[in-house]
Amino acid sequence: MPVQGYMYPNEIELAWSVLIVLYPYITGLVAGAFILASLERVFRVEAVRPTYRLALLTALAFLLVAPLPLQLHLGHPERSFEMYLTPHRTSAMAMFGFVYLWYLMAVLVLEIWLDYRRDIVLLSQRTKGFERFVYRVLTLGSTNISENALRIDDRAGYIITLVGIPSAFLLHGYVGFIFGSVKANPWWSSPMMPVVFLFSAMVSGIAVVLLLYMFSSWYRKQTIDMRCVDTVARYLFYTFLIDFSLEMLDLVHRIYEADESFRSLDFMVHTRLYLSQVVIQIYVGTLAPIGLLALTQLLKLGEKTRKRIYAVAGSLTLIGIFAMRWNVVIGGQLFSKSFLGYTTYKIGFVAKEGLLTAVVLTLLPFAILWVLVKLLPPWPDCEPPAPGSAAPAHGDD
Amino acid sequence: MKITRRQLLILLPAAAVAWDSVLAGTPETSPNYKLTEHWWGMLVDISKCIGCGNCVRACATENNVPEGYFRTWVERYHVSDTDLANPVVDSPNGGKNGFPPILGSGGRNFFVPKMCNHCADSPCTQVCPVGATFMTPDGVVLVDKKYCIGCRYCIQACPYGCRFLNPKTQTAEKCTLCYHRITKGLTTACCEACPTGARQLADLKNPSDPIHEFLRTHTVQVLKPYMATGAKLFYNDLDGSVR
Repeated sequence: MPVQGYMYPNEIELAWSVLIVLYPYITGLVAGAFILASLERVFRVEAVRPTYRLALLTALAFLLVAPLPLQLHLGHPERSFEMYLTPHRTSAMAMFGFVYLWYLMAVLVLEIWLDYRRDIVLLSQRTKGFERFVYRVLTLGSTNISENALRIDDRAGYIITLVGIPSAFLLHGYVGFIFGSVKANPWWSSPMMPVVFLFSAMVSGIAVVLLLYMFSSWYRKQTIDMRCVDTVARYLFYTFLIDFSLEMLDLVHRIYEADESFRSLDFMVHTRLYLSQVVIQIYVGTLAPIGLLALTQLLKLGEKTRKRIYAVAGSLTLIGIFAMRWNVVIGGQLFSKSFLGYTTYKIGFVAKEGLLTAVVLTLLPFAILWVLVKLLPPWPDCEPPAPGSAAPAHGDD
Repeated sequence: MKITRRQLLILLPAAAVAWDSVLAGTPETSPNYKLTEHWWGMLVDISKCIGCGNCVRACATENNVPEGYFRTWVERYHVSDTDLANPVVDSPNGGKNGFPPILGSGGRNFFVPKMCNHCADSPCTQVCPVGATFMTPDGVVLVDKKYCIGCRYCIQACPYGCRFLNPKTQTAEKCTLCYHRITKGLTTACCEACPTGARQLADLKNPSDPIHEFLRTHTVQVLKPYMATGAKLFYNDLDGSVR
């Protein structure tokens, strides 16, 4: 039954589709991956160093895709540049373009470039043909890799990371604000929204880097640095606990206050959103991974078991956070603002905003990451040797 | 006269611009209309509405509203005397073709015409990322469809469900308060078509407008006042159960 009860007639069709679910999901992965990377850089958590560069490249790959679902969703994508030319200052959405550009150009790209500059210069000397051309372009004409120059790079990178952490918070907290500031919608309207979005972003970003690191190590037939994955998993566990507590606080508050929207929202959670919210988001995507991660903290488990637990917990986390985005975006449109009825979301398969588009957009960052990893290997054991030395230089770990 | 290739390249774009303005026709003007002298709203008298759907049809015809979407619609409320908080509401095809006889008995039945509230502090205007939705100096919220990017944030922000995305133009659309009519001294299509006078266009800045007398002598309410949107669609006889 598509409509149950009474919907305002213009509400029956959902305004925001699965692509708008992807947008906060992808942006969250960016912010989370960057925050993990900054742990090593700013807080000097040496154990997570093997994931540092991988996390930065992951953040970049996802950030490049982040605006695509928005573009595809717009009725007039050709006018989207108007947001830059004539931004409407009272609009939370108008500022997205600027926050995005700031984060992409001033933080992420610059930090990656500074971090890789030495490698790029060395690679531009070692490679031939087209590859050499690409690396030469990437040097941007800056080929000085003297000790002094690298020290300046390092210092600048540190400062950028310092700026980057609040920027990453801004990027995703702001996405939460886009929803949290819609007073017409009680499912969204909450000052908790930016905070919940931020913590869930960190959870998903840490999980994706953990999985990517384990997968890439397995694929490259390298041993997984257990000290690293144990530390990352511990961060995942703690962040997840905070995230879950915040979400529960929001839920308890809503249930206890039980304002005029409560009956409507409560009905929705027990019917149309039961599977995606209660089963997938809360049981499968939150309680199960938290429980699994807690086991690794409480019990002395073997390496193999821990790896398996991390892989399962990481995957469930990504599913759970996707479900959370789904429940916010789609769930927020399934009930009428009259609180008298409910509609249904119908997703097409091959359509501009269909399932196939969503799947392609989800896979695209991984394809970009694959190219980035080929171009700028993030592995400590793959750093190009300094000129004059015969053996490859090894990373700290 | 011989035209060189260079001259042709200069002439062609100029001709295109000229042809574009010919196609656009002469813009409508309202020489005697002063924006600063008006502040528009509307009065809806629920006790007078008979649910005939004339207003919905007139609006759709006047404004070429796509089928299945509504700039205005009429709701029918059935409030039982035992459950005031949970009215039964219907609006088949927005009330465009009137209403079938109500099922069940007892309680109260009444009609509630709905449309854009032309809020003085409209959330839709606030959230538009490019400023395509704006308020005119005479108090009408309009959408510039040549500027709208079709992000649908305004649709989410409207507490009254008054906006939709026009599937043809792919831009946000809503009631314009028949701006093309009221600036020429006419009333809106819905007011004109209403057989009982349940809808009255109101100019709050005009001291001789009957709205002032009406507001003084009746108990008038707006929808969802807690939203603090500064709604200018005033309802007389509005039941507390109406959302």
